[in-house]
Amino acid sequence: MTLRTRLLIVVGAAVLLAVAATGYTLRAAARHPAHTGAGARIVLGTPGQIVFRDMRMGPGKDHLAAVASASPGAPRADSGLVCARFHAAAGTGLCLRNRPGLTPSYEAVVVDAALREHRSYDGAGIPSRTRVSPSGRMAAWTVFVSGDSYGGTNFSTRTSILDTRTGHLVPSLEQYRVIKDGAPYRSADINFWGVTFADDQHFYATLATRGKTWLVAGDTAKRQVRTLHQNVECPSLSPDGTRVAYKKRVRSAAGGNPWRLTVLDLRTMRETPLAETRSVDDQAVWVDGGQVAYSLPGDYGSDLWTVPADGSGTPHRLMTAALNPVF
Amino acid sequence: MYLSAGRVADAAGGVARRDAGRRALRLVAPNVVALGAVSLITDVSAEMVTAVLPLYLVAGLGLSPLAFGFVDGLYGGAGALVRLAGGHLADRRARHKLVAGAGYALSALAKPALMAAGSVPAVAAVLVADRVGKGVRTAPRDALISLSSPPGAQGRAFGLHRAMDTTGALLGPLVAFAVLSAAHQDYDPVFVASTCFAVLGLLVLWLFVRDRDGAAGGSVRATLTVLRGARFARLCASAALLGVSTVSDSFVYLLLQRAVDLPVRYFPLLPVGTAATYLLLAVPLGVVADRAGRGRVFLAGHAFLLLVYGLLLSPLGGAALVAGCLALHGAFYAATDGVLMAIAGPLLPEGTRAGGLAVLQTGQALARFGGSLAFGAAWTWWGPHTALWAGAVSLATAGACAAALLGARRSAGPDRQEAEA
Repeated sequence: MTLRTRLLIVVGAAVLLAVAATGYTLRAAARHPAHTGAGARIVLGTPGQIVFRDMRMGPGKDHLAAVASASPGAPRADSGLVCARFHAAAGTGLCLRNRPGLTPSYEAVVVDAALREHRSYDGAGIPSRTRVSPSGRMAAWTVFVSGDSYGGTNFSTRTSILDTRTGHLVPSLEQYRVIKDGAPYRSADINFWGVTFADDQHFYATLATRGKTWLVAGDTAKRQVRTLHQNVECPSLSPDGTRVAYKKRVRSAAGGNPWRLTVLDLRTMRETPLAETRSVDDQAVWVDGGQVAYSLPGDYGSDLWTVPADGSGTPHRLMTAALNPVF
Repeated sequence: MYLSAGRVADAAGGVARRDAGRRALRLVAPNVVALGAVSLITDVSAEMVTAVLPLYLVAGLGLSPLAFGFVDGLYGGAGALVRLAGGHLADRRARHKLVAGAGYALSALAKPALMAAGSVPAVAAVLVADRVGKGVRTAPRDALISLSSPPGAQGRAFGLHRAMDTTGALLGPLVAFAVLSAAHQDYDPVFVASTCFAVLGLLVLWLFVRDRDGAAGGSVRATLTVLRGARFARLCASAALLGVSTVSDSFVYLLLQRAVDLPVRYFPLLPVGTAATYLLLAVPLGVVADRAGRGRVFLAGHAFLLLVYGLLLSPLGGAALVAGCLALHGAFYAATDGVLMAIAGPLLPEGTRAGGLAVLQTGQALARFGGSLAFGAAWTWWGPHTALWAGAVSLATAGACAAALLGARRSAGPDRQEAEA
């Protein structure tokens, strides 16, 4: 082949490939018009309703949707609001979503009961957990920040707390004083994740350092956390404030299924393993005082399950292709 | 003696060889330019995927970060052993182009497969296949660059190749970003575009890269014999010693980020600074290496790295620190990465060049991995400041040892004469 022939072949192929790639990209763009289209009207706090992230493939994927809790398999109302993680209480919601870009970045959006967007905060990282305090005033979220760890192969977390009334934002809980086993503690490798609020001032969360995790009790006024109990991840406080449902690491991480869903009684510090024996990687949500809901991998990424909070009974699949329920 | 097309033309036309600057680049064989183009296009393809991979796996597929760490480790670790196999295969029948092409093809196939893989084991398998492809092709490709270039122009040949390679690595994330924003955050167009680039790279390899005939018959024994050669063994020892004392990129960026309290969102821009300097300096330093001695430039490169440590330990801060560190870090790569291959090439018989280069690259990679583990441990026990001091002392010591090892080689070797030939 002459040089001319070879150049012609390469140029021709480059044009064809460019047309193919561009065509595919444009078709994909047409599949999703802009996000957050106006959808069905959903009002947070409506009794007998579950609001959640819809995981089904299709136009409603990753939108907040609602079904009646009496018939969770019924057709879903699609709000049009895109959220990767969501939680709400007392008419205030916190929607964490990914922002397009080269590096992982997110947007934390405060929404009202009608899911109208009020304030939003940008940051770097991939959305992981979010919680709103029972009064709806405080909101917390955790993201995974890439490139913020020693080896570059692990992710590190960053947890922020926002006062939605004053707009005061604590960008990272790592600014707080840590009291570990009664003494002040400092370490470069501290990570926080999974805040759950008791009230507008007090919260619980996970603290990790030197390969171990602790349940910590935090105080936003004192800007301080203190350790309570070891081996607690992603705590979720019961509605009466006496128990915490959490992920307990019971096996090595190498097998990929290290956690057992467990409930800790905060008065006696007694642990009760729940009847769910599969490894749960989620911050559970209390359906009521007696049941918790959580996510397990499913055909569309996540299914929702419930199990009694006292260790009895068996797991029950509440709905498929859903995440982050708010009851 | 090898004569590039340009030099033949010069000789035929009776052109005086006065124009040193032009001559410097004319000494680079068309084959090297073709391989550079293949690397550029393939790196656009690879870096597009690397840029969106964490997002795709964690945000798109819903992989837990724990599983991501596992996959990421697999992704990084799979390359080393296949590199040795790739080098050996290429030597045995002198089929450098075929073996490198197989590696490029495997990586190209991995891109659409990634789109189809829905489960964690499937994604992990595809990523490992992608890395195997990269591992297999590296040594034959470098051997082909080396075999296509006269001994006196090895430095500039590798310099040009690495500059083109880095250009692709810089363009990849930009292309990914453009596609991602055009497609409203949909990932599959990124993979489709990446596949298209990979196919184009393969095509350029097939049409424009020529294999080098002859020089077959490399065997495992022949490769091991090469290691027994004093000059190559000393070079491997120097590279390993310096590799162990090299603080890995992610630590350098992490230290830099802490020193100036850089917002996390700008963190991914730090490697871009290093790559840009690398890109600018790769060819000039390659030419300097050919003229002034490659061993010297290789050692000077590590002196640049020592200066990076020095800057990080100094009270300097702000933009000056960032600019200084990234410039020196890029210069470190420009003076060491391709230059090391350029030193090694002429020391290896043609029949074992790919295998020998693979041994050197793998040894250096393992040394750097060990160094990275040691530095991580030192950081945890002593804190970043003391760890960096330890790293600097270790690097200075390794540099002195390497200077002694390479100096012995230079006085005995015809390196300078070759450069003048």
